[in-house]
Amino acid sequence: MKFKDATHLFRLAGVFAAGLLLFVALRSFLVPKSFGQYGHFRGDALADIKAQPVHYAGHEACESCHSDVLDQKVKGKHVRVNCEACHGPLATHAEDPGGITPEKLDTAKLCVRCHEANTAKPKWFPQVVSADHSAGLACNECHQPHNPVIVAEEKTASAGEGPKPAPANKGAKK
Amino acid sequence: MPLTDGFMYPNEVELQWSVLIVLYPFLTGLVAGAFILASLERVFRVEAVKPTYRLALLTALAFLLVAPMPLQLHLGHPERSFEMYLTPHRSSAMAMFGFVYLWYLMAVLVLEIWLDYRKDIVLLAQSTTGLKRLFYRVLTLGSNNISPNALAIDNRVGYIVTVIGIPSAFLLHGYVGFIFGSVKANPWWSTPLMPVVFLFSAMVSGIAAVMLLYMLLNRLRKQPIDMRCVDTVAKYLFYAFIIDFSLEMLDLIHRIYEADESFHSLDFMVHSRLYISQIVVQILLGTVLPIALLGLTQIAKFTEIVRKRIYVSAGCLTLIGIFAMRWNVVIGGQLFSKSFLGYTTYKMGFVAKEGLLPAILLTLLPFFILWALVKLLPPWPEEETTHMAHGTAAGD
Amino acid sequence: MNITRRHFLVLLPAAALAWEHVLAGTPELSSNYNTSDHWWGMLVDIEKCIGCGSCVRACAKENNVPDGYYRTWIERYRIKEVNGLETLEVDSPDGGKNGFPSSDEPGVKQFFVPKMCNHCADSPCTQVCPVGATFVSPDGVVLIDEKYCLGCRYCIQACPYGCRFLHPEKNVAQKCTLCYHRITQGLTTACCENCPTGARQLADLKNPKDPIHEFLRTHKVQVLKPHLATQAKLYYNGLDGAVR
Repeated sequence: MKFKDATHLFRLAGVFAAGLLLFVALRSFLVPKSFGQYGHFRGDALADIKAQPVHYAGHEACESCHSDVLDQKVKGKHVRVNCEACHGPLATHAEDPGGITPEKLDTAKLCVRCHEANTAKPKWFPQVVSADHSAGLACNECHQPHNPVIVAEEKTASAGEGPKPAPANKGAKK
Repeated sequence: MPLTDGFMYPNEVELQWSVLIVLYPFLTGLVAGAFILASLERVFRVEAVKPTYRLALLTALAFLLVAPMPLQLHLGHPERSFEMYLTPHRSSAMAMFGFVYLWYLMAVLVLEIWLDYRKDIVLLAQSTTGLKRLFYRVLTLGSNNISPNALAIDNRVGYIVTVIGIPSAFLLHGYVGFIFGSVKANPWWSTPLMPVVFLFSAMVSGIAAVMLLYMLLNRLRKQPIDMRCVDTVAKYLFYAFIIDFSLEMLDLIHRIYEADESFHSLDFMVHSRLYISQIVVQILLGTVLPIALLGLTQIAKFTEIVRKRIYVSAGCLTLIGIFAMRWNVVIGGQLFSKSFLGYTTYKMGFVAKEGLLPAILLTLLPFFILWALVKLLPPWPEEETTHMAHGTAAGD
Repeated sequence: MNITRRHFLVLLPAAALAWEHVLAGTPELSSNYNTSDHWWGMLVDIEKCIGCGSCVRACAKENNVPDGYYRTWIERYRIKEVNGLETLEVDSPDGGKNGFPSSDEPGVKQFFVPKMCNHCADSPCTQVCPVGATFVSPDGVVLIDEKYCLGCRYCIQACPYGCRFLHPEKNVAQKCTLCYHRITQGLTTACCENCPTGARQLADLKNPKDPIHEFLRTHKVQVLKPHLATQAKLYYNGLDGAVR
């Protein structure tokens, strides 16, 4: 094989080599700098994800100011129900308590989300058929949400314990 | 009719991979199949199919150029697709796409076409004028050496490229089968047979496509069809079909026999939502009927006219059947819930980014590209001489 | 100040290096959260779930999840058994976001199953990502890099649990992030924070004192689709065999 008869192949090889070099050069320019830092991904992605804004402050943030509510809760069944489960996301209020006021809740709509009777719910869970149970009254007419036990029931249940705080609001309009 | 039947995980109701993802393996399948047909002559010395050699290469190129387009339309961020070249994830079959595609396009197909056409390109660079002249001159890479030695070297290198091209073609289309076959989450897809089934159905579709194009183009050029060529191509189509059908039946029988947890859900799906596309179109019309037709020509003697009609019908049915096979894999795999408790419906839009209209347009586009390629790089000698005669008569 | 070009070219890399050090001192980059101290998972107690949907709503609000797509959802299973033959019905109306309508059928075994990303240690979804846009973090959370994702949807196909979706506006893959932005600051996930019965609880499997970690050691728990060997870290207590 004479080399002069293969010059076109050498030129082609040259074109390919140039293309390859261009690719390698572009690559070093375009691959994100933090890629591969922790694995086959962009290391900076972890920081990007961590920087997502928080909407729920978490019950500890609430309790740091509203310790009185915490005191009520720990005595009742709602001790483990965290504040924002009912009050909604309030990180903005935790950041700026004076400026942002949490909205007033409508217990008629709120409580049934958990407590409306449903055959699929576990039997131990307190549930009522709201239409029959409260005859259209809002739940907080009788129950104080932070400690939902009704005092009359409670006295029969735990006779011998000291006086408990009365339901905070409105009183029973039966 | 409600969208879902039974229970689907809430995020599964909408299909993720659309008709465009059905089209992509169909197109690369045609590429691989056309190339294998071309290699039949070049490497396996089946001289009877030589008249289809150049056409097969140009067909492969036309379809390969269009193949990435449905993918780009599908991506949520097509402008980021180059990331596959920057940071390919080695455990992902899809990451191979960029490199396999580029390798196959440049180091196999374009190289082989260039080597086979180089003499014509040099001659055309001298005989044409204007923009065409510039195009051909660029393609010559500045070398006008078409001495017998140079052409002998081209032939030798071309042979090696074709030999490398065969496994490359298998890789180009086989990896698509692996993309589906390796998804353990989806029992309709997950089988080691998937890449093999894809490959053989690709060969079937590619051979059928080139056979039909050859017959059509010769008809349009008012040239006689080389029946010895077409008979041989049809014979290879028949063989490939037998293997393809056997593999698909093996998968089906295996599923029915083992009847694992997914079986009842899949069985119901095939008999309801997938009935027309799987049983009627893919199996009966698209596989059994063409095999029967082609088989007839193998065992009985028919006149040329009858054979041509059989080949055309079998070829068209084959292409429809192989498209249906891709549809049944891609769409079928998303119609049932991974909970095995329900089914959803594919809502295919028409004038939508991933709708039927773009799919149709992208299917037609390779034919326009092929038309341009045939004009620029004529596959047949008499086309070339008449072209050159026109060129010298009109051009100066 | 007179700087020659040569002098400038020497100063430039030195300045770049110095800037990196300055950046490292900024609050966003330095923190007292060390990924190697944690390996996150979660416990879901089927016995405690009441299907109220608080978790689904909280997740949607915390993470701006678009309507019709779910980073977490609740399924209700109803299993009727007649003479040993079981019929199963599962539903998840709007992902359980607003609870479930009651059914009056007696004698049917019913329960709720909250679902979310299982944060698999041998995750099939990260395996298939062609570019490395989804990954398992060093502390065991499967995350998505929204700036790198191409939207090819291969990961959505590869997830056996159906927990991924494509964001309709951002056109990138999305899923539960285990509220990574919260847990790296000492908070718990939005779903756990809002679950009224403690059915969902975050677990740090590298922390021997974590009470959930302790629970996992002392109770019989299961993961979904164990035959797929995804090393899922979402553990269920009281999971019925019918659950898919």
